Amino acid sequence: MKSWLLLALQVGVAVVLILAWHVVSTTNLFGDPKTMAFFFSTPSDVAAQVWDWFQGGTIWYNLWITLSEAALSFVIGAFAALVIGFWFARKPMLASVFDPYVKGANALPRVVLAPIFTLWFGLGIWSKVALGFTLVFFIVFFNVVQGVKEVDRTVLSNARMLGLNERQLLRHVYLPSALSWVFSSLHTSIGFAVVGAVVGEYLGSAAGLGYLIQQAEGMFDVAGVFAGMFVLAAFVILIDWGVTIAERRLLVWQPKGHHDT
Amino acid sequence: MSVPSPSSSPASSAPASSAPAHPAIGFRDISIAFDIAGRNRFVAVQDVTLDVAEGEFVAIVGPTGSGKSTLLNAAAGLLTPAAGTVSIFGRPLSGLNAQAGYLFQQDALMPWKTAVENVAISLEAAGTRRAEARARARDWLARVGLAAFAERYPHTLSGGQRKRVALAQALIRDPRIILMDEPFGPLDAQTRLIMGELLLRLWSENRKAVLFVTHDLEEAISLADRVVILSAGPAARVVGDFPIALDRPRDIGELKVDPAFLAIHRDIWHLLKTEVLKAYSEIPTGDAP
Ligand SMILES: Nc1ncnc2c1ncn2[C@@H]1O[C@H](COP(=O)(O)OP(=O)(O)O)[C@@H](O)[C@H]1O
Ligand SMILES: [Mg+2]
Repeated sequence: MKSWLLLALQVGVAVVLILAWHVVSTTNLFGDPKTMAFFFSTPSDVAAQVWDWFQGGTIWYNLWITLSEAALSFVIGAFAALVIGFWFARKPMLASVFDPYVKGANALPRVVLAPIFTLWFGLGIWSKVALGFTLVFFIVFFNVVQGVKEVDRTVLSNARMLGLNERQLLRHVYLPSALSWVFSSLHTSIGFAVVGAVVGEYLGSAAGLGYLIQQAEGMFDVAGVFAGMFVLAAFVILIDWGVTIAERRLLVWQPKGHHDT
Repeated sequence: MSVPSPSSSPASSAPASSAPAHPAIGFRDISIAFDIAGRNRFVAVQDVTLDVAEGEFVAIVGPTGSGKSTLLNAAAGLLTPAAGTVSIFGRPLSGLNAQAGYLFQQDALMPWKTAVENVAISLEAAGTRRAEARARARDWLARVGLAAFAERYPHTLSGGQRKRVALAQALIRDPRIILMDEPFGPLDAQTRLIMGELLLRLWSENRKAVLFVTHDLEEAISLADRVVILSAGPAARVVGDFPIALDRPRDIGELKVDPAFLAIHRDIWHLLKTEVLKAYSEIPTGDAP
C-alpha cells in the first residue's frame, strides 16, 4: 500500500472515532449530553485540556520525568539481562539451579511490588525505574538466553575453524545472535518500560504522566484523565516510531520478515 | 602450467622434504559412533583408512547418509573418532585442526557481517590490523569474482555468490588442507560448472591437500586426482579407491564427453550404483533423511 494512502486511512480512523465521540457526548441521540459528558467528557474539553498543558508548559516536565524513568529502566534492565543472560547461557549448571527462581520471579504480578519499591526507593523516580526494570529485565533475559541457545551450529563451527577464540566467538557470534533476538522484542520491552514508569507514577508519585492521570481521576476530572491517556498514547507512538527507525539501521543484515514478534 | 598426471606419485607436487613425507591427512582405522537417546550407539563409519597427500585432491563419493560429512568433521577436529587415529602431517590430531579450511555443506557465513567482513574475520582474529585484513579480503573477493559485492550482507547474495564468499573466507588464511562438504550441492548446473572451474583454477595456483565430499560422481571425477567410494551406511567403509589419470588443466565442461572420462565413470559407477541401491533399500517409503 502507498504510504500516503496508509497515513490518510489511519488519520481517517481517528476522525471517525472523534466524530462519533463528539456526537455521543454533545447531542441528545444517546442520552442527556450533561450525563454523557460527565462519563465520557467531550473531544473539545479534552483538546482544551491538552492545549492547556502544552501552553502552560506543565506537561513538558511530566513527560520528561516519565521518559527518564522509562529510559533508565530500559537501559539498566536490558544491560543487566544481557550480562546475566549470557552468564546463564554459558553456564548451563547455574541456569538449571536458578531456573525455578527465575520463572517464579517472572510470574509475580509487578503491581504488588510497587509499594515495596516505594518503601525502598522513595517517591522519586527510582521506585518507578525499579518497577520498569522488573518488566524489561525478564523479556530481554529470556531473549538473550534463547539467542545464545539458537546460535546456528554451522556458523559457530565455521567461526571456530576460522580460528576465533572463546572471547572472539562471544563478540562475533554469540552476541550478534543474542542481540538479534533482543531487537526483535525491542518494541515489547520498551513498551513495558513505559508501562512500568506510568503505573509506578499512578500508584504514588509527584510527577509524570501517570501522576497527571491519577490527579485528574482523584477529582473526577474525566477530561483530564482522557487528556492524559491521549498524551500517553501519542508519546508511545512516537517512541515506537523511533524504535522502528533504530531497528532498521541495526538489523540491516536481516532478511525482511525474520523472526518478528 | 601443465602438471604430470597427479595420480603417479603424491610427493611429486609436494615440496621436497628429507624425512619420509607424511600425508596431509591420515585416517587410520577410524570408527565414528553417535549416541542416540534411548538406543544403541549408532556407528556411522567403521574402520576407514585413507590418506590424502600434500597437494593431492581427493574426492569422497558415497550415498546420502554414508558418513561423508562425519569423516570431514573428524578431519576438522570437530568430532573425535571412537576408535582409530587421525593424523595431520604426521601428528595425531587433538582439538581443532588449525591447518584446515572448511567449506561447510550448509550456509556458514555470519549473517550479521558483510561479505568483506566475513572474509576478513580470520585475519582480524589472528591479530592482523583491520585495514590490512580488509584490503586482503577485497583482493580475495576479486579473485572469486565478487569485487562489486564486498559490502553486501549474505542474505542479499545468491546461493552461488555465498559459496564464493565462503571459499574466499576459507582460503584467505592459506590453510594447508582444504575440506569441502558438497560445496556446490544446492547450486544449479551452470553455476556448479563455473564454481568447479574456479576451484580448480585457485587450486592449481597453490596446491593444497583437498578432501572434497560429494554425492555427484561426475563432479568428483572431473575435479579430483583420486576418487574414494564409501559404502552405504551405517558402518560405512571405503569400498573403492580410483586414481583419475586425466590431464590437467582440465576443462570440466568438455570433459564430460571425453572418452577417457566416460570409461572411468563407467567403472566407478558400476560399484557406486550397488551402494546407492543399498542405501535406498533401507528406506521403506519416501525420501532420504
Ligand atoms: N549428531 C548426530 N547424531 C546422530 N547421528 C548422526 C549425527 N550426525 C550424523 N549422524 C548419522 O550418521 C550418518 C552419516 O551422516 P553424514 O556424515 O551426515 O552423512 P552424509 O554426509 O554422507 O550424507 C547418518 O546416518 C546420520 O544419521
Ligand atoms: Mg553430508
